[in-house]
Amino acid sequence: MNAKLKDNAEWGALSALPGNPMIWILIISELVVFGLALIGFMAMRFLKPEIFATGQAALDYWLGGLNTMFLITSGWCAARAVHARSRDQRQKARLWLGGAGMFGAAFLVVKLVEWSEKLSQGHDIAFDAFFTLFYLITGFHAAHVVMGLAILAIVGWWDSLENLKTGTAFWHMVDLIWLIIFPVIYLARGL
Amino acid sequence: MKYESQKVAMYYFAGALALFVAQVLFGVLMGTVVVVPNFLSELLPFNIMRMVHTNALIVWLLMGFFGCAYYLIPEEAERELHSTKLAIIQFWLFLFGAAAAVVGYLFRIHEGREFLEQPLWIKLAIVVVALMFLYNVSMTVLKGRKTAITSVLLLGLWGIAVFFLFSLYNPSNLVLDKMFWWWVVHLWVEGVWELVMASVLAFLMIKMTGVDREVVEKWLYLIIALTLFTGILGTGHHYYWIGTPGYWQWIGSIFSALEVFPFFAMVIFTFYMVWKGGRTHPNKAALLWSLGCSAFAFFGAGVWGFMHTLAPINYYTHGTQVTAAHGHLAFYGAYVMLNIAMFTYAMPNILKREPYNQVLNMWGFWITSGGVAFMTFALTFAGVVQTHLQRVMGMNFMEVQEQLGLFYWLRLGAGVAVLVGTILIVWSLAVPGSRQKAASQAGLAAAE
Repeated sequence: MNAKLKDNAEWGALSALPGNPMIWILIISELVVFGLALIGFMAMRFLKPEIFATGQAALDYWLGGLNTMFLITSGWCAARAVHARSRDQRQKARLWLGGAGMFGAAFLVVKLVEWSEKLSQGHDIAFDAFFTLFYLITGFHAAHVVMGLAILAIVGWWDSLENLKTGTAFWHMVDLIWLIIFPVIYLARGL
Repeated sequence: MKYESQKVAMYYFAGALALFVAQVLFGVLMGTVVVVPNFLSELLPFNIMRMVHTNALIVWLLMGFFGCAYYLIPEEAERELHSTKLAIIQFWLFLFGAAAAVVGYLFRIHEGREFLEQPLWIKLAIVVVALMFLYNVSMTVLKGRKTAITSVLLLGLWGIAVFFLFSLYNPSNLVLDKMFWWWVVHLWVEGVWELVMASVLAFLMIKMTGVDREVVEKWLYLIIALTLFTGILGTGHHYYWIGTPGYWQWIGSIFSALEVFPFFAMVIFTFYMVWKGGRTHPNKAALLWSLGCSAFAFFGAGVWGFMHTLAPINYYTHGTQVTAAHGHLAFYGAYVMLNIAMFTYAMPNILKREPYNQVLNMWGFWITSGGVAFMTFALTFAGVVQTHLQRVMGMNFMEVQEQLGLFYWLRLGAGVAVLVGTILIVWSLAVPGSRQKAASQAGLAAAE
């Protein structure tokens, strides 16, 4: 059905993008949602500078940095997988996808360590305006990492080049969004 | 119309139109009570009228959807309906349940839970009706041709039934009660009903504009993706002040703000299809209702919804006349107009009245739409004044109501216009036009 959709109907600007056009509808929607959430975060930081300064000071940017490395590496593996699949190296492509999934899982492990540390300090989602947004944004992002891992597994199983492009497009969105979350929430302090 | 069993839709169209008139009539009575407070106060108190007004609306829209599905599905599936007899029994059972509920309300028999006032046995009867319906249409689709339109329509209709089950769940914790209460009302109008809307509009576009099915299906996928992406978590905008955790203010605000997009996509879709396919179809009235539906839904559900959906704004406007303005324009634009579009398209086909009362129908469109639009403006101004006086200045509720009198009179006037328009619509659909009579007499003469 997917291939038919793309062949039979003109999708405008989306037709030129790799993978199924419907994934791009999702990607654009996700970018809008995270964009709004981060704008909300910055607006609240402007309104409540003290609470946000204290909250951001409590975050460990080394863990955030480590996770950034994990996701970028994972994205690179996913790109290698598509490259391999386009040369008909199916096994190699699956190995690269597995690597992408491993780094994604490592990201989740670090995230859980980070959250449990914050929770043990009493910083839960209802603690203050900063932590409400911290858990919402990072939690919503982590949920997308979980979904992304499932998608990578699915396109690893049904591994046509089109499917691989579609699945990895979603995965690259997940790491792109983290690359915006990390500086806004962890790094931009006292600006 | 290609299949004999599509005729069964006529039962549902007729029942829906009768309830439509009743619903608007009760609306006008309520509008009168607001400005003349003791009007009918002994015989028919305001809360009872409100139950009839809101319940009749929901029931006739559902009845209309059933009718739409019975007309649409055989044509899409390219086969007769699984069972015409079952559809007829289902109609009478549904009508009996609705009538019993209304008569019960008049004698003060109800369960009190807003919009879900129906006594338990009527709720259970509605579940039975839904099962009969779903069995009938699903069997038809399973045995026939499967298209994107029937898949989306079935997804929407099954969703309606599944979410209605939450009306049977009434936890004693008030927060949980409200939380699940919205699963019926909200996940219908901003979720599964939108799927019904998109698929029926897609059907009408294929039939009336002649644009390729592939193109229409592409739009349908886009619209339902946006609907489900925004509408489900958008339910959070009802969770701001009912005792749920504060993060719902963020979830609700962000996702419900995006609910404008599926409605905007439907506007682009319908207008682009008509522009692309041309307006040569003889049923101009049905085309007008289809375009009006997407446009009014965009303003009523999309724009008027967005106006008070962000938590910091809703903190002030919650439960004021702004909500009433949004509710009226959204229900009219999205679901009343959708049903009338389908009735206007299908009824002349079923009744074999090709040159029918189109001009009168279009007068009905403009008078009803003008009335609802004017009512929306009156209620919006009332809501803004109310928000300021009551929530910003801190005046008490009844003092503020006195200040809103002028707007309530304007609303009543608009309501009367809507009643007139409604009668014109029903008349134009039910009674053959003069040209039609002439045509059929000519036909008779020729036959003789």
